[in-house]
Amino acid sequence: MTGMPLLSLAIWIPILGGLLVLATGSDRNAPLARYLALTVAFLGLVVTIPLWMLFDTSTSAMQFVEFAPWVPRFNINYQLGVDGISMLFVVLNAFITVIVVIAGWQVIQDKVAQYMAAFLIMSGLMNGIFSALDGILFYVFFEASLIPLYLIIGIWGGANRVYAALKFFIYTLVGSLLMLVALLYLFMESGGSFNILTWHQLPLAIGPQTLIFWAFLIAFAVKVPMWPVHTWLPDAHVEAPTGGSVVLAAIALKLGAYGFLRFSLPIVPDAAHAMAPLMITLSLIAVVYIGFVALVQTDMKKLVAYSSIAHMGFVTLGFFMFNALGIEGALVQMISHGFVSGAMFLCIGVLYDRMHSRNIADYGGVVKTMPKFAAFFMLFAMANAGLPGTSGFVGEFMVVLGAVQFDFWVAFFAATTLILGAAYTLWMYKRVIFGRIGNDHVAQLDDIGSREFAFLALLALCVLAMGLYPFPFTEVMHASVDELLRHVAVSKL
Amino acid sequence: MNFVVPDFYPAAAEIFVAVMALVIMLASTFARRIASNLAYILAQGTLIVAALITVVTMDSEITLTFSSMFVSDLLGDFLKLMIYFAVAIGLLYGRGYLADRSMDRPEYYLLTVLMTLGMMVMVTSNHMLSLYIGLEMMSLALYAMVAFDRDSVRSTEAAMKYFVLGALASGMLLYGMSMIYAATGSLDFGGVAESIYHQSANKTVLTFGLVFVMAGVAFKLGVVPFHMWVPDVYHGAPSAVTLMIATAPKLAAFAMALRLFVFGLFDLAEHWQTMMLFLAVLSIILGNIAAIAQTNIKRMLAYSGISHMGFVLLGLLAGVVNGDQHFALNAYSSAMFYAVAYVVMSLASFGMVILLSRAGFEAENIDDFKGLNKRNSWFAAMMMIVMFSMAGIPFFIGFFAKLAVLQAVVAAGHIWLAVLAVIMSVIGAFYYLRVVKVMYFDEPEDAAPLHAAPDIRVMLSANGLAIAVFGLFPQGLMSLCAYALMASL
Repeated sequence: MTGMPLLSLAIWIPILGGLLVLATGSDRNAPLARYLALTVAFLGLVVTIPLWMLFDTSTSAMQFVEFAPWVPRFNINYQLGVDGISMLFVVLNAFITVIVVIAGWQVIQDKVAQYMAAFLIMSGLMNGIFSALDGILFYVFFEASLIPLYLIIGIWGGANRVYAALKFFIYTLVGSLLMLVALLYLFMESGGSFNILTWHQLPLAIGPQTLIFWAFLIAFAVKVPMWPVHTWLPDAHVEAPTGGSVVLAAIALKLGAYGFLRFSLPIVPDAAHAMAPLMITLSLIAVVYIGFVALVQTDMKKLVAYSSIAHMGFVTLGFFMFNALGIEGALVQMISHGFVSGAMFLCIGVLYDRMHSRNIADYGGVVKTMPKFAAFFMLFAMANAGLPGTSGFVGEFMVVLGAVQFDFWVAFFAATTLILGAAYTLWMYKRVIFGRIGNDHVAQLDDIGSREFAFLALLALCVLAMGLYPFPFTEVMHASVDELLRHVAVSKL
Repeated sequence: MNFVVPDFYPAAAEIFVAVMALVIMLASTFARRIASNLAYILAQGTLIVAALITVVTMDSEITLTFSSMFVSDLLGDFLKLMIYFAVAIGLLYGRGYLADRSMDRPEYYLLTVLMTLGMMVMVTSNHMLSLYIGLEMMSLALYAMVAFDRDSVRSTEAAMKYFVLGALASGMLLYGMSMIYAATGSLDFGGVAESIYHQSANKTVLTFGLVFVMAGVAFKLGVVPFHMWVPDVYHGAPSAVTLMIATAPKLAAFAMALRLFVFGLFDLAEHWQTMMLFLAVLSIILGNIAAIAQTNIKRMLAYSGISHMGFVLLGLLAGVVNGDQHFALNAYSSAMFYAVAYVVMSLASFGMVILLSRAGFEAENIDDFKGLNKRNSWFAAMMMIVMFSMAGIPFFIGFFAKLAVLQAVVAAGHIWLAVLAVIMSVIGAFYYLRVVKVMYFDEPEDAAPLHAAPDIRVMLSANGLAIAVFGLFPQGLMSLCAYALMASL
């Protein structure tokens, strides 16, 4: 392995670069801020590529490990590392950041430097979440990442942005502060260690395990978000600027799900087993009920937001069936959802920039004026519905297969997503893109320019590549997922 | 009766500050024309030289002098340095503000120096009487400073309230001290501790005294239910004075609590911890909930200060668990770190209030921060750092302060207390976020450029950045707190 501290670079290049972008100051220097941000985002992506290329797929141990004491008084360490579960998210995050910077290129004209800086800093913080192996380090990144997203929604958001930003912040804070108490309890029980891997081996009685599970559940369930604590997400999505929605859907939602795999399952496996029926029920409610809710939405962004909740329900379902197909399928689903939901929000952003409306009823017949765009949107809509050949299919299919192994009725309800997903996505697509030209505004639409073409094409490539040849993605997960399952199967009592 | 010349050396800093107070008084009488500038420079010089003296005379040995009324130890030295630091920054922030309102009279600086002297005596006292003298010296100077804008009805009313309630609290403290004297026959902390340890004290009288002492300390810290004065005084006093009240005196009050309860009454820990438990829980709940309703930022910060002092008490009450003193050092140093962190944040927050004020305009309302990001994005970022730090969001110092205290609380087995504290922190986050919201999400109502001298701008920036830097690297300050305590216990 290389001697470079790749994970540190992946975290700190965007953060320090973001501060540099911030230093360009007023909007007179906007072009400079944009190019600088793009350079930083690109550099951030470049340093994460070796993580994937040099990843050793044969081991479940942490790789690219870094260690330095941070606050020795409480034995808090700057300890980083990735395994097959987390590595891909670091790469995905860096990739999405590049897309977001390009997507905000012209749309954002107000406080450009602050906008770009907020996204870069958030990207670095989220890399930190995925690679932290110290409980407090994880928590610090987890909490700090709220600040840039709060500002993004609040400054560049829509009409009701203040409410949405506050709701987002407070919801997440409630969960994460309870998690802090759980972390401190684990610190005490483990005799003064914040090392997550040490906690994995820590024996715990069922009582504390249950309480810790709940503390983690509240933190992560809000972030995923799981039904019934999902209500902040549609608000946040609707009000956020396009870039904010993309990062929120593509990366931020994955943090909660990742937390389940890193904390809940391995640290409190007995409580996780005991709570599995509850978790599966909540997941199925998210899949079926939220699927119906998505069907009746009139706002495109809200529709995709609800579809995200339903897809994330699939992810949590995959986790709590405790079989390899389920967990790997859920992980694939998370990556795929990162591409697809990001792309869906970008497509809506493309329309919104031209029409300043997200109402489905304001559109119709867009294919006649924007054929290239319609083609891309079609691909992403199909992927969102889980069409074979796209990345959306792989994960859903694996989770459904895992569910069949687990229980027929769970599989039955899970499989309804294939129908519901197709229904709400394609129905929206039909109403927006096909039919008669709805009004004069639609008749005057310009098709996508080269910049928009570039990022949509990039995402389309990813969606297709992952759909047709998912092996590079699943390959890196096997060892870690198997190890996780072996670990979870052993009782800690 | 033979007279022994006491060892003056350990008290060199106090003696120097006392002499300088007289020098400032005389100088401002004779040099009328330049009096206020001279007094300001002399006051700042006093603080700097006092800091140097404190550093030079610093000694990890514990030295008692003046018939063991005075103690020189690292705890005292560390807190004294923090107090000079806070007062010096407070003077610097307040200077332009006072000048704009023609309040920069030499008496103000004289009172500041006397207040500092009072606090120094408090943190180095080893005897109830010297503690009381220091406390009164600090308080009397503060009462006068609150009333410094003598034509303002609100200020005089606040000063009156502060004075009457403060006198009452002092009375209770004295009454409690007399009870403790009655029970133990001793006024110096070592003697009290020894008497309690040998069980020779009358338990009933002692506990009775403890209650009164606790009430006095709680008043000075400004914790519920002895908090009534805090919002009114913060609101009524000129902002520069509010800044003074909200910073260094909190450290002095913390030192007072530490000296009294830990050095003197440690073996009664079970009793005073229970009292602190109630005070802390009430403060954290009421402080955070009442702060939500405020539209005046000084009142909001007052209530937020109440809840922060509740957190400091949380640290103090986690020291002894079922007679086990094993956790004491960790808990007390966490509380001390919290107090120091609070002072750093409080300085910056009131510094911002002063920064936005100008002649004839008080930036008192939260709405006065509207659109600050558009007016001056640098100071908006500084204020944002302060607000997120107070809310306990990483990477700022407030997070590690909360972490340290919560860790001590969890280690002491009070998990429910930690859960309550974090739930209240979420409520707290709401009003801190509201300030961030008006700065970043709202349009400015007031387009006037910021009117502040460069020295304030530089200092305030350094103050804000310090919150972030100590948040990234908290280890140094944390170990300093722990080391100072360890060497003094």
